[in-house]
Amino acid sequence: MSGVPVIRSHALTKRFGRVVAVDGIDLDVREGDRYGFLGPNGSGKTTTVRMLLGLVFATSGTAEVLGHRVPGRVAAALPDIGAVVEGPAAYAHLSARTNLALIDASGPPGRAGRRTRRRRIDAVLETVGLADVGRRPVRAYSLGMRQRLGLAAALLRAPRLLVLDEPTNGLDPRGIHDVRELLARLNAAGTTVFMSSHLLAEVDRLCTRVGVMDAGRLVLQDDLGALRGPTGRVLVRVDDPVTAVRALDGHVVDRDGSRLVTERSSVADVVAALVRVGVRVDEATREHRTLEQTVLAVTGHGSDRVDRATGPNRPLAERSPS
Amino acid sequence: MIVVEIRKVLQRPRTWVTVLLLCLLPTLVAVLLAVTDIGPRPGEGGPALLSAVLGNGELFPAAALAIVLPVFLPVAVAVVAGDAVAGEASAGTLRYLLVRPVGRTRLLLAKLVAVCVFVLLAVTAVAASAYVVGTALLGDGSTRPTTTISGTPLSTGELAWRTVLVVGYVAWSMLGVAAVSLFLSTLTDSALAAAMGGLAVLVSSTVLVALDAAEAVRDYLPTRYWLAWVDLFRDPMLLHDVQRGLLVQGGWVVVMLVAAWASFTTRDVTS
Repeated sequence: MSGVPVIRSHALTKRFGRVVAVDGIDLDVREGDRYGFLGPNGSGKTTTVRMLLGLVFATSGTAEVLGHRVPGRVAAALPDIGAVVEGPAAYAHLSARTNLALIDASGPPGRAGRRTRRRRIDAVLETVGLADVGRRPVRAYSLGMRQRLGLAAALLRAPRLLVLDEPTNGLDPRGIHDVRELLARLNAAGTTVFMSSHLLAEVDRLCTRVGVMDAGRLVLQDDLGALRGPTGRVLVRVDDPVTAVRALDGHVVDRDGSRLVTERSSVADVVAALVRVGVRVDEATREHRTLEQTVLAVTGHGSDRVDRATGPNRPLAERSPS
Repeated sequence: MIVVEIRKVLQRPRTWVTVLLLCLLPTLVAVLLAVTDIGPRPGEGGPALLSAVLGNGELFPAAALAIVLPVFLPVAVAVVAGDAVAGEASAGTLRYLLVRPVGRTRLLLAKLVAVCVFVLLAVTAVAASAYVVGTALLGDGSTRPTTTISGTPLSTGELAWRTVLVVGYVAWSMLGVAAVSLFLSTLTDSALAAAMGGLAVLVSSTVLVALDAAEAVRDYLPTRYWLAWVDLFRDPMLLHDVQRGLLVQGGWVVVMLVAAWASFTTRDVTS
């Protein structure tokens, strides 16, 4: 990881009328990152992505993508960016190939050039698994196929930065696996991946860094490794939980069948104490925070759930981790 | 980019269906005229020149344009122009074009050129099909010599280039509607709303042109000089209204394009 900034924003804010969709966020994505951009529905992820691509104009604050100011110089950055924004889109009456050719011909030829178009189209269709799609119009595609086509369009010009908004939406488990492998491979070859999602498991498996949005604010931004640090508690699975609880002498904070959570921090001490009273230990490990725990601790409900008096606009303190 | 947009228009089945339908109405009129031999009596309203085409199909291209000019042609143009940006927005492809990247000004210009190509295509298709149908069904001028509206004879060569002038003038007349619809197309994500808005302007203009109380603004309305092409079939040609017509359309195009540019380049694309 070279640490060169790829996306940086400072106090980036967007209001739609009276609604503050994005509220002063400071993004920091570096070259080589696999950045997972998390948050409940309506937390401002898509608006942020649109601002970074120059589709939506910020109310205040600044942003820089690949070293170019957005939106003023976004045209200089965009040729090196491949994007899927809020789902794929294509001309429904045309085939995948024609769609890719049209979108490629629309913009400046750039370093990829016009002559290589056919070859590049064949290559990306192969890459996303649509090589044999033929001349059928996109109208006849399944959602998963459209998602693959959207990804193909994003990859068509071998971008340095991939900005993907919910790229696995509509894919089956096989497709999700394919996309994850593909992104990991591209990343290994030097492509920075910025991926928004509300699927924690996806981000957990793929990403190296995460940013978490909630109600328009970036409430968390850190390396995934740091977030998954130990909690200072120990998990054990034993054959005789009743004896074990007594042996651990009030240090057990949670019990689920044969699985105990103790607030002691040393695995060795816990195992020794249990063995001393003749309890057999099947499993003993330090407890790590999961990404889900971390994210749920810092976010509220998405905007699609509207509860009385406890909407997403509750003060931060109320939903801090207990 | 311009080539791509033109290709998009030409690859759409809808474009060709529209053109076909536009050609169909004059053809139907020609068939009815040929079968019944009953022409509208001169001076009783009805499209200009229609009474003159009986027995001579060479004037029928002009008559055909007169048939589609008031309603059908502007409807088709408003639909295509209204769809230009709003259609891309509602299909979701607008955002992908813009991040490709295609500059917004560039996209707007390419769309305008594509709409112009469609207008020319439609007008030419109507004129050409009308010539074929007219000469086949109504005779080719050998039975009855072609005359201008003023009654002087018209050679085939002269008729041909006057018809070309009419095609050009009618196409130019459509640009006002096209520009209004294109402007509305940048404001909304609904192609239908943009087309309807363009038609609303058209209908208002038609109503006001016929209203004596609106005399102060009448000469600046987009439809005011639409029928001035008839003057091209007089001898000598009366160019006063034609020139005014060209200028007024040009004015509408410029104003609406500036408005479209201003709205499109400053707008959040949230579609």
